[in-house]
Amino acid sequence: MAVTLDINGKPTSVQASPDTPLLWVLRDELGMTGTKFGCGMAQCGACTVHLDGQAIRSCVTPIEAVGAAKITTIEGLGGQHPVQQAWVRHDVPQCGYCQSGQIMSACALLAQKAKPSDEDIDNAMAGNICRCGAYQRIRAAIKDAADTGPPLGEPHADIDEAIVAGSGATHRGAGR
Amino acid sequence: MNAPFKPIEGPSRRDVVVASALVGGSLLVGCSPADIMSAGSKVEVGAFGPFIKIAPDGVVTVISKHVEFGQGNHAGLAAIVAEELDADWTKVQVEQAPANAKLYANGALGAQLTGGSSAISNSWEQLRKAGAGARAMFVQAAANKWNVPVGEITVKDSVGTHTSGKTATFGDLLADAAKVPAPTDVKLKDPKTFTLIGTDRVRRKDAQVKSDGTARYTQDVRLPDMLTAVVAHAPRFGAKVKSFDAAEAKKVAGVVDVFEIPTGIAVVAQTTFAARMGREALKLEWDEEKAEKRGSAAIAQLFNDVAAGKNTDTKWEPFDQRGDATALNSAKGANVFETTYEFPYLAHATMEPMNCVASVDGNKVKMVFGSQGQTLDQLAAAKIVGCLPGSVEIETIFAGGSFGRRANFQSDYVAECVHIAKKVGKGRPVKLVWTREDDMQAGYFRPLTVHAVKVQLDKDGYPAAWRHRIVSQSIMKGSPMPAGKGPDQTAIEGTAGSPYLKATPVVDAQVALPDVGVPVLWWRSVGATHTAFVMEHTIDQLAAKAGKDPVEYRRALYTKAGADRHLAALNLAVEKAGPKAADGWTRGVAVHESFGSVVAQVAEVKVENGAPRVGRVVTAIDCGVAVSPDQIAAQMEGGTCYGLSGFMFGEVTLTDGKVDQTNFDRYRVLRINEAPTVETNIVPSGNPPSGVGEPGTPVIGPAVANALLVLNKTPTKRLPFVRSEN
Repeated sequence: MAVTLDINGKPTSVQASPDTPLLWVLRDELGMTGTKFGCGMAQCGACTVHLDGQAIRSCVTPIEAVGAAKITTIEGLGGQHPVQQAWVRHDVPQCGYCQSGQIMSACALLAQKAKPSDEDIDNAMAGNICRCGAYQRIRAAIKDAADTGPPLGEPHADIDEAIVAGSGATHRGAGR
Repeated sequence: MNAPFKPIEGPSRRDVVVASALVGGSLLVGCSPADIMSAGSKVEVGAFGPFIKIAPDGVVTVISKHVEFGQGNHAGLAAIVAEELDADWTKVQVEQAPANAKLYANGALGAQLTGGSSAISNSWEQLRKAGAGARAMFVQAAANKWNVPVGEITVKDSVGTHTSGKTATFGDLLADAAKVPAPTDVKLKDPKTFTLIGTDRVRRKDAQVKSDGTARYTQDVRLPDMLTAVVAHAPRFGAKVKSFDAAEAKKVAGVVDVFEIPTGIAVVAQTTFAARMGREALKLEWDEEKAEKRGSAAIAQLFNDVAAGKNTDTKWEPFDQRGDATALNSAKGANVFETTYEFPYLAHATMEPMNCVASVDGNKVKMVFGSQGQTLDQLAAAKIVGCLPGSVEIETIFAGGSFGRRANFQSDYVAECVHIAKKVGKGRPVKLVWTREDDMQAGYFRPLTVHAVKVQLDKDGYPAAWRHRIVSQSIMKGSPMPAGKGPDQTAIEGTAGSPYLKATPVVDAQVALPDVGVPVLWWRSVGATHTAFVMEHTIDQLAAKAGKDPVEYRRALYTKAGADRHLAALNLAVEKAGPKAADGWTRGVAVHESFGSVVAQVAEVKVENGAPRVGRVVTAIDCGVAVSPDQIAAQMEGGTCYGLSGFMFGEVTLTDGKVDQTNFDRYRVLRINEAPTVETNIVPSGNPPSGVGEPGTPVIGPAVANALLVLNKTPTKRLPFVRSEN
C-alpha cells in the first residue's frame, strides 16, 4: 500500500506494507543507504534516525507507527553539519559502519543539551555500539561540536525544523 | 587477523594458497603460484605502474591492494607513495585495487589478502619504490622539457622546480612523464628527510564519506535487477538439509525463488524484508547425524581433561623443549606455581554482518563486496562455476569491520552467495544478506582454549623450569595446507617466542589440538588473544610469589632474554603513566609482542558493582617507523576496546551443539560508558614498519587481570571477567 512519509523535509510516497520497519523502507524502497542495518532488534543503534527530533531505532519502527512525524536521516544532515565536521576533524570513523547512527544520536543529544557532560554522553550514546572501539574519539568529537556550537545555555535548535525551512541541499545545522 | 607465519616453524601462507589453487582444479603446470591465481585476469596497468594513477589535474590516485575495514591502512599506504613521490598530500586519493594475485599479492602472505597486520609492512618497500619511480619519471620529463640535468630539479607538493626558478606541476608534465620509461633502479629517500610520513598530516582519506552516509558497503550495493537472498542455516554445525517445504515461503509477496544450496535453503526475493519473511515461512528438517552435538561446557571439560593429562587420545606436539623438565612434573613446594586458564569461544560480531553481492553468467563471475582475501574468494568462486580464478572479477569496497572474520579458507559466505547467483543465473546480481543472528551463529569463532602452566622458581625467584600445555582447536586444520611442518602457529604464537620462556633454562611447552565440529578462525590478534593473557598474568603471579615488583620482575627477565624492544616499550609506558595511579584506581601492567610490534600498557582499574571498570590506559608501542601516528593511536584505542570487550564480556556458549547467543542482547559487547581512555606513545624506531591493527588488542586483558590481582588478591583463571547467565 502507498504511505506518505515526511523524510528530510520532503513528503515521500512509498509502497510498502504497514508492518515494514522504517529501516527497510529507507534502504530498500528509497535507496537511502546511509542508515545502516546492524542487529534488527534495537540493540546496536546503527539504524538510528530522528523522529520529530528524537533519536529512534528505525529497525524496530514499523512505518505504520511513524504517521506524520518528521523523519530525519543522516542524508538530511547535509554532510557539513557541525557534528559531521567534528567527526572528520577527529578522524572518528574506522570501519565507519556505525557512524551514521552515532552521529544521529549525537545530534539528538546536542539538540537537547548544548554542553553535555560525560555522563550525558554515556546516557545518550550507550545504545550505539562501535565494534572498532572509536568511543574515545566519539566523545571528543561531541565535546568539540558542543564547543563550536552556540553559547552555553542556548539550546541547539531542532535540526529537523531547519531542514524543513531550508533548501535541504547544503544544510549546515540549525543554530550553529 | 592472521598469525605471522614463520617459514621455519610452520607452513607459509604461500603454501596454503598454492594448495588452495590445486584443490581448485585450476592448476596450470609450469606456472608460478601468482600465475595460477591470476590466470584469466584482465587488469590494465598505467604508465606509473599498478599502484599509481595521475590525472591531468594533478590528482594522484594511490591504488590500494588492501581492503579498508577500519584499520586506516589506506591513509598509510597513500602516505608512503606520496612521500617518495613528493606529491601534494591534499591532492592524493585512494582507490581499491581490482582482484589480481600477480599484481596485488600481499608480499608477506603470497596472495591478495589483507591480514596479519601486514598491510603497511608488506607494502613499505613496494610503494616507496613505486612513488620514487613515478617521481623520477616527472623529473626526467621536466629535465627534457627544460633541457637541464635532472640533478638541478627538486620536487615539492607535486611541483617540479629548476634551480633557475622554472616550475611545472605534475599536471603540466603528465603527458611527457608518462612516456618516460619506468626506471628499473630508484633511489629511496633517507627516512630522516621524510616530510609527510610520521607527521600528523597523515589522516584518513575516508572520514568525510564515513561521516555523511555516502561510504558504500556491501549492504548498500544496489544494482539494476538485483535480488536479495537470505539462507536458512542448520541449527547445528555439520548438519545437512533432510527435507524442506517451500510452498508457504513462496506465497510471501516479493519472494522470487526458494532452493537448496550446500549450506542450507536459499530464499531469493525482491527485498531484504521479503526474503526474511519468506525464510520464516519455510518448513525444514535437518539431518543431524554428522552434526556436532556437544555443548561448550563439554568441550571445555574435554580440553581441561586433555590439559591435565586425563585424556590420552589426543596427540601432543612439542614447540619449545629445552633441558630436562621431568623433575618439574612431581615438583611441589613454596617455589612451585601451578595454574590453569580457560578461554571461551568468541564471535567477531562486526558491525556489518557478513554479506556479498555476486552475479554469475555461464562461467563469468562478478562480485562486489568488502573482500578481505580476494585470491581466496576468487578460488572459491572459480571452484563453484568452473572458471579460471583470475577471471573472477571482484570490486572490493569498504567492509564494516572484519577482525579476521572476512578471510577464511572456505570463503564461507562468499561461496554461499556464488552458489545462489549461479542458480539464479543470467548474470542477475544477488545480494546475500546475513542477519545478525545468521552472523553470530555461523561459527568461525576464536577457539575455546585451555592453558595449564607449571613453573618452578630459582633461589632468586625467577623461572628455573617452565612446563606449558595449550589445548585449543586448530585454525589451520581443514585449510588445504601441507601437513607435518610442526604445530599450528595460530594456537601457540605468543607463548612460542615469549621472552619469559627464553629467560627460563628448562622448558617443556606442548600443544594439543583436538577435533571439534565448531568452525574456528583467527580473531583480531589470533593466538595472542589467549597467550598474551596467560604469559602476562602468570608473570605477575610469579612476581608476587617471588615478592618482587611486577615491573622490575619483567625488566630482569627482558634483560636475561635480550628482549630490548619489550624493555623499551615497558619503560616508556611506565614513564608516561607517571609515579602513581589516580586516587581510587589500581594499576596493572602487561607487555606483549605480536605481528612484529611490541605493546606495553599500564591500565588503571577499579571495581564497580562487582565488575572491573577500566579508566586510563597508558600505551607504548614499538611498531618500527610510524607512518601515521594518528592512525596508530586510533588502532591502539580501538584495539584496546575490541580486546577489552572480549576479555570483559565475550563468550559464545553452545548447548547441545546449538549456539546460545543470537544478537547483542546476549552477546554483550563494550559500549561507550565502559570504554577506557587510551593514551598512545610511540617508541622512536628506524626499523621498517610492523603491525598496528592487532597488537593493541591482547594486552589490555592481562593488564586488567593484574590490577584485579592486586585489588582482590585473586587471579583470573577463566574469561570473561563478567560472565552472563547462559
